[in-house]
Amino acid sequence: MGKIQLTKVRKSFGEVDVIPGIDLTIEDGEFVVFVGPSGCGKSTLLRLIAGLEDTTSGVIDIDGKDATNLPPAKRGLAMVFQSYALYPHMTVRKNIAFPLKMAGMDQAEQDKRVARAASVLNLSSYLDRRPGQLSGGQRQRVAIGRAIVREPAAFLFDEPLSNLDAALRVGMRQEISELHQTLKTTMVYVTHDQVEAMTMADKIVVLNAGRIEQVGSPLTLYHEPRNKFVAGFIGSPRMNFIDGAEAAKHGAHTIGIRPEHITVGDGPWEGVVGLSEHLGSDSFIKVEVPGLGTLNVRGPGELGVHHGDRVKLAPAGKIHRFDAEGLAI
Amino acid sequence: MSTHSTRLAARFMVAPSVLVLFIWMIVPLAMTAYFSFRLYRLLSPDRTGWVGFNNYVWFFNSPDFWLALTNTLLLVGGVLVITVVLGILIALLIDQPVKGQGVLRILVIAPFFVMPPVAASIWENLFMHPQNGLFAALARGLGGQPILFLEQHPLPSVIGIVAWEWLPFATLIFVTALQSLSSEQLEAAEMDGAGALSRFRYIILPHMTRAVTVVILIQTIFLLGIFGEIFTTTQGGPGSASTTLPYMIFKQAIVAKDIGRAAAGGIIAVILANIVAYFLMRGIGRHLDA
Repeated sequence: MGKIQLTKVRKSFGEVDVIPGIDLTIEDGEFVVFVGPSGCGKSTLLRLIAGLEDTTSGVIDIDGKDATNLPPAKRGLAMVFQSYALYPHMTVRKNIAFPLKMAGMDQAEQDKRVARAASVLNLSSYLDRRPGQLSGGQRQRVAIGRAIVREPAAFLFDEPLSNLDAALRVGMRQEISELHQTLKTTMVYVTHDQVEAMTMADKIVVLNAGRIEQVGSPLTLYHEPRNKFVAGFIGSPRMNFIDGAEAAKHGAHTIGIRPEHITVGDGPWEGVVGLSEHLGSDSFIKVEVPGLGTLNVRGPGELGVHHGDRVKLAPAGKIHRFDAEGLAI
Repeated sequence: MSTHSTRLAARFMVAPSVLVLFIWMIVPLAMTAYFSFRLYRLLSPDRTGWVGFNNYVWFFNSPDFWLALTNTLLLVGGVLVITVVLGILIALLIDQPVKGQGVLRILVIAPFFVMPPVAASIWENLFMHPQNGLFAALARGLGGQPILFLEQHPLPSVIGIVAWEWLPFATLIFVTALQSLSSEQLEAAEMDGAGALSRFRYIILPHMTRAVTVVILIQTIFLLGIFGEIFTTTQGGPGSASTTLPYMIFKQAIVAKDIGRAAAGGIIAVILANIVAYFLMRGIGRHLDA
C-alpha cells in the first residue's frame, strides 16, 4: 500500500517560502510526476515526502498514518537520487543489500532478494563489480535495485535520468515504466522534462513557484490546461500565445494555439519563415507574422518550406482561450 | 601525445634534476655509512682506522638501544593512534554547520604553527609543571596530588605533547576528506535505514580510508625523527626512560662526541625507517590507489 496524502504542507527556508502550502493526494499504485521549471520546489516537495527535509507546517500522511515527523527510514519509502548516490567502496551486491543489512534481515533472505532484484534489472553479471566500473545506465539500475529490494510503500525518483545521454534516457524511461507495471507500487517522479512527464505519468502535477498549477492525466493537461502556465509548459514545441485584436475576436484576452494545430497552405495569416527544422517525421518552422508575432508551427515531414519563404497559415484545431489573469475560459 | 622522440627529450630534460637529487641523497648517506665503520672520536687524538662492525656491535649491546627502539616505535604508534582517532572525531565535529566556522577552523589548526620546542616548553611549564602547571592546579583543586608527568610518565607525556602538535594536521586532512563526501550518499544511507553510527561505520569511514592512509604515512615519516620535544622536556630521561633512537644518536654525536657510533646509529635508523615503510606500504598502501 502506498497512498500519500499532503495537507497544507508548507516549507520555508528562513524568510523564503519555497512551498507556500500544498494539498495533494497520491493514490496507491499511481505513477505521479512532479514537473515544473527549475526552482519551482518540485525536488523540495519530494524531499519533504521522503523526510529528508522537515515540513514547516502541514501534515504528510503515508498509508493513512501521520508521517510528518517520522525519520526517513521509518516511512517505508525508497528514493533514487539524481547522482545515484551509490556507495563507491561497496560492490553492486553490497550496495543493493545495504538497506536489508540495515534492517537486520538474515543473510539467506538478503541473497534471495538481491538475486531477484538483479535479475529484474539485468544486473546479475555485475554483482561483484564496484559502481566505478559501471556505465551510467548500469549505475542507475543499481540505484533502482537498492530501492526495490526493500519492497517500499512507494518509490521516490529525483530527476533520475538527467545524468544520462539522450538514447539511454529513452531506454531507462521505458524500463522504469515497465517496472511500474510489474511492481504496481506507487511511484513519485520528479523531472523538469515534460516529455518524461507525458510519457510516464498516470498523473502529472505541474508546479510553479511552489504552487500546484494543475493536477491531471497527461492528456487532460494537454487538451484542457487550466491556465497559461500549464498550456505553455506542456507540449513541445511550445504553444503559441496571441494577445490583442486577434484574441478579442474569440472573446478572450489571450488565445493559445498549439503548433500542431496550425496548417500551412492557405489561411488568414501570412508571414515569413524564420527558422525551419526538418526532422524527417516532422518539420518545425517559426513564422514571423506581422501583428501576431512569431508562431511555432509543426508540419508534416515533407513540408518543403525554408528560411525566407512566405507562407500562409490557418488555425485548425482547438483554440485555447485565456482571460486577463491567464486562466482558461 | 608522446612520441618516442618527445619521451627521449623529456628524459634528457629531467636528467639534471634527477642527478642533483640523487647526489643530494647519496653523498650524506655514503658519508654516514663510511664513518659508521671508522673510529672517529672528537675527544680522542686517535681518530683513524677501520673498526669493522664495532660501532654497530656497541649499539646492539648497549642496554639503551633496545629501549630506545621500543620507545621510538611507541612514540610513533601512540601519536598515530591519538591523532587519527581524535582527528576523525574533531573533523566530524567542526564539519557541522556552525556560526563562526572559519574562525573555529583556524583555532583548530593553530597548534600546527607552534614550533616544536616552543610547544614543548609551553606544555612543560604551563600544563605539566608540578608547582605552576594547570594540571597540578586541577589535581590540587580536586584534592589530589599533582602528577609528576615528566618524571613519572616521561614517554606518555612526550607522546601527548607530540600528538597535540600533530592533531591539527590530521584534522585538516580529515575535514577536507569529509567535505568531499557527497551529501546524497549520506541521505541515501539515511533512507536505507542506517542510523548515525551505521552511517559513520559504512559510509563515512570507508570514504576516509585514503585520508587516514595519507595521514599515517606522512606522520610516520616525521614522527620517526622526533627530537626537539624530547630535548626540551625530558632530555631522554629520567635515566633513559624517554630516549628514542634519534635522541640516542644525538647523545653519541654531541654529548659523547663519537661520530663513528653516531653514524652507525644513523644507518640503523635509516634501516628501521625502511622496515617501517615496507610494512606500512604492505599494510595500507593499497588504499592509495583509486
